Amino acid sequence: MSTTTLLGALLPVVPLVAGLVGLLLPPAARGATTDRDTSRRAAIALGVAGAAGALVLAVALLVTLDAPAESSTTWIRFGELTVTLGVRLDGAAALVAVAVAAVALAVQVYSVGYLTRGPHDDTDVDHRYPPYAAQISLFTAAMLLVVVSGDLIMLLVGWEVMGICSYLLIAHDRWLPQAPAAAQKAFLVTRVGDVGFLLGIALLGVSAGSFRIADVLAHDHGTGTLTAAGLLLLAGVAGKSAQFPLHTWLPDAMAGPTPISALIHAATMVAAGVYAITRLWPLFEATPTVLAVLGVMASVTLLLGAFAATAQDDIKRVLAWSTVSQLGYMTGALAVGSPPAALFHLLTHAAFKALLFLAAGVVIHAVGTAAMSRMGGLRHSMPVTFWCMLIGLGALAGLPPLSGFWSKEGVLAAAEGAALHGDGPAPAWVGWLVWLAGLVGVAVTAWYATRLLLRTFFGAPRTPLTHPHDPPALLRWPVLALTVPAALLGLAGFPGWFASQLQRTTPSDAEGVSDLMPPDGLIHLTPTVLLPLALLLLGAGLAWAGWRRDTAADPAAALGPLRPVFAGAFRLDDVQHTLVVRPTTALARAARVADERVVDGAVTGTGRGAGALGGGLAALHRSALPRAVVAVLAGALLIALAATLIGAM
Amino acid sequence: MTGVDVLLLALGAVAVGSGVFVVSTRHLVRAGLYLVVCLGAVAGMYLVLTAELVAWVQVLIYVGAVVVLLLFAVMLTRAPIGASDDLDRPGWPAALIGGGVGLGLAALLIDAFRWTTVELPEAGTAERIGEQVFASWVLPFEVLSILLLSALVGAIVLSRPDIGRTPGDSAARDRTPGDRPAGDEPAERAGSGGEGGAR
Amino acid sequence: MRPVIPYVTAALLFGLGVYGVLRRRNAVLVLMGVELMLNAVNLILITADTTTRALLPHSGQVFALFVIVLAAAEIGVGLAIVLQLYRMRASVAVDEVPLDTAPLDEVPMDKVPMEGQR
Repeated sequence: MSTTTLLGALLPVVPLVAGLVGLLLPPAARGATTDRDTSRRAAIALGVAGAAGALVLAVALLVTLDAPAESSTTWIRFGELTVTLGVRLDGAAALVAVAVAAVALAVQVYSVGYLTRGPHDDTDVDHRYPPYAAQISLFTAAMLLVVVSGDLIMLLVGWEVMGICSYLLIAHDRWLPQAPAAAQKAFLVTRVGDVGFLLGIALLGVSAGSFRIADVLAHDHGTGTLTAAGLLLLAGVAGKSAQFPLHTWLPDAMAGPTPISALIHAATMVAAGVYAITRLWPLFEATPTVLAVLGVMASVTLLLGAFAATAQDDIKRVLAWSTVSQLGYMTGALAVGSPPAALFHLLTHAAFKALLFLAAGVVIHAVGTAAMSRMGGLRHSMPVTFWCMLIGLGALAGLPPLSGFWSKEGVLAAAEGAALHGDGPAPAWVGWLVWLAGLVGVAVTAWYATRLLLRTFFGAPRTPLTHPHDPPALLRWPVLALTVPAALLGLAGFPGWFASQLQRTTPSDAEGVSDLMPPDGLIHLTPTVLLPLALLLLGAGLAWAGWRRDTAADPAAALGPLRPVFAGAFRLDDVQHTLVVRPTTALARAARVADERVVDGAVTGTGRGAGALGGGLAALHRSALPRAVVAVLAGALLIALAATLIGAM
Repeated sequence: MTGVDVLLLALGAVAVGSGVFVVSTRHLVRAGLYLVVCLGAVAGMYLVLTAELVAWVQVLIYVGAVVVLLLFAVMLTRAPIGASDDLDRPGWPAALIGGGVGLGLAALLIDAFRWTTVELPEAGTAERIGEQVFASWVLPFEVLSILLLSALVGAIVLSRPDIGRTPGDSAARDRTPGDRPAGDEPAERAGSGGEGGAR
Repeated sequence: MRPVIPYVTAALLFGLGVYGVLRRRNAVLVLMGVELMLNAVNLILITADTTTRALLPHSGQVFALFVIVLAAAEIGVGLAIVLQLYRMRASVAVDEVPLDTAPLDEVPMDKVPMEGQR
């Protein structure tokens, strides 16, 4: 095992240890104040140390990695199937690992300041910090395991542990009534996808005879197997990466603390699906059917998220729907056949979405509410936050030269290439679909980003009772730290070391399918870049114009009758409830009734039947003389008849 | 058809006919008397079949003792002298089973013997039957006498008036002898005496 | 002598006895049915004595004698039981004896009205 693979193997281990040790800490006692609480301090130390250690290891890995490396050992053998323990490292894995560790560290530091007793809390609120920090560490370990894993089963382990940590963390605030339901919904919806994921992995592993990713990629599966496995894996991706129709959990997951939303539901876990596809890209590249399905899902998700974000009042929900929409961009890039573009957008999105969530958390912390209708005019009272959020929203909308512009441009250019020139493994109509949806999405994204900015920071303050101010250092520094990559990461897409890291993930085979990227670098600067720019200006301008008319009113009022439709995300939650939840609960009820009446009833019925039979026999036994005599003589007659007949035969 | 056959036929008809009346009449006492006729006819058949000793024993014991006992029982259980309506249970199981048994047996026996003839053996006189009983069958004979003894003892024990009485009831009886009408005790004693005397 | 005649007579008597046992409610009449059955058996035994040459001569008649003795013993004990039943219940109907209730106390003779003397 070389240095790089050792670093890769240690990457998940460090936060795992921090997490496990942290779970052993006692949760803070009720009523303990935050500065005298040793358990909390130990938890903070462990969490920050775990994330910092992971970041150091990830940076070291990135620096020392000069070629894709792999190392594995056989772990279990099931007859002819092998499950291995190992790492598979390349540039993309290293970069994603750095992103994950960085965001995790930012979130750990931020949480220290966020989960303290603030001016709006009761005196004896208990944030239960030790399990919180430990679960974040565990989550980080699981995500890093997904990133570096060289074996599909290990990837699945990390995948599932992420799911459970997400569930635990969403439900962290026990006093919030909607948190448990949101956690359950997140878990169950992603679980539905995870079943498909598991089946897809099983199919691939059985077909290849081994679960090692290198073996699976090298094996020649049949087209049927590949298509089936690809579609099943897409189910898992749809669940984890909140694609239509398994997207319904993400907005409700905002019931969790804001740092968790930043870490899990913006930067890392939701990106895991996209990452998994890039890991197994040669398989997907060979199945245009699966890519077509992915393209449709991506386009629908993109537009659905964008439109739903336009009408939300909760600031976190706007950002959640925005995440859904941006994930649609990433999966759209994959659908047209460009993993580098998807990964580039993944990395920039991790930066600016984490920034946006943490900044939103600062706003919520200062104002005491997440409803934009009760914010306003915060630009003067919270200038640092305002500028950070402005950069984040600009990146989101795709304003040059911020990072989002370059990566979104990459996606749109890849889609354009697939549509107009038929490049890439997917059919051309998929390219058209993704490209047009992406363009419309640019306009809508700009619209809602501008709306968010205006509603929150401009206009007359609608919260006269609180005195919002810029956040304390613990909250401010992570936000500032994330602003840097949110602004500048896109420039790394120019030809250079960064771009080469991402590009090495594609097959180096010259006659292979094009990855729709320029020969070096990730940036397209063709004349068609003007189209999204124009749409951005259009969207932002419309929002600003609508706001100008009445600075206290919601620009979303311009949506008119469509507003409730968008706010309810096209009632898809209700559709899911009717099509899935109600039949399932009815089935569960029926199963329970069947268990009680039929199964238990059979058992009790056997008892009762035996008792009745016994009672009947007892009654027969107790029969008075006449009945007994009849029985005896009738029996004698029957025996005599039988004897005669048998004797006669 | 010889004379023996005619006699057997006639006596058999009488026996079956009176048997029908025994089981179907509504007069209790008449049932007992029809039983006498039936048993007498059967005794006659025994005579025709050269079973002399058995025939006379039948008359002695069955007609003389058993039927008398039955009539005593009829009297002691306050049987009505005239017709009574509540003597019978539902008829169909009885008819089914009785008919099945009787006709089945008859069919079996007809099938076995058809219209064959046999020679009547030497008569079963007292001397000859006595030889057999006290030579080959002496052991069952002795056992039978023990059985008779136990039946006798059992009958006496069973007919004691103090059987089945609970302690409270006997205490009540002992405490209030004057309340009981004088007619009961003689009847009871007569009943037990009558039963004991019939043996 | 045609043995089928006494045989058929006996069979019919037996059937009548069974009918009587199953049909009658009065215990004494049930015992009369039993007597009919026993007589039928006796008749068959006597007739068998003529149709079969047994190893021991006249064994059919000897058996018939024994059956008569048994019948006498049986009727004695049986009637004792019937009379005891009458003392306890003032009724000898065989279908009025429930087997799952506690036995009643003896009914004093004076409480029972004599039938026919109403």
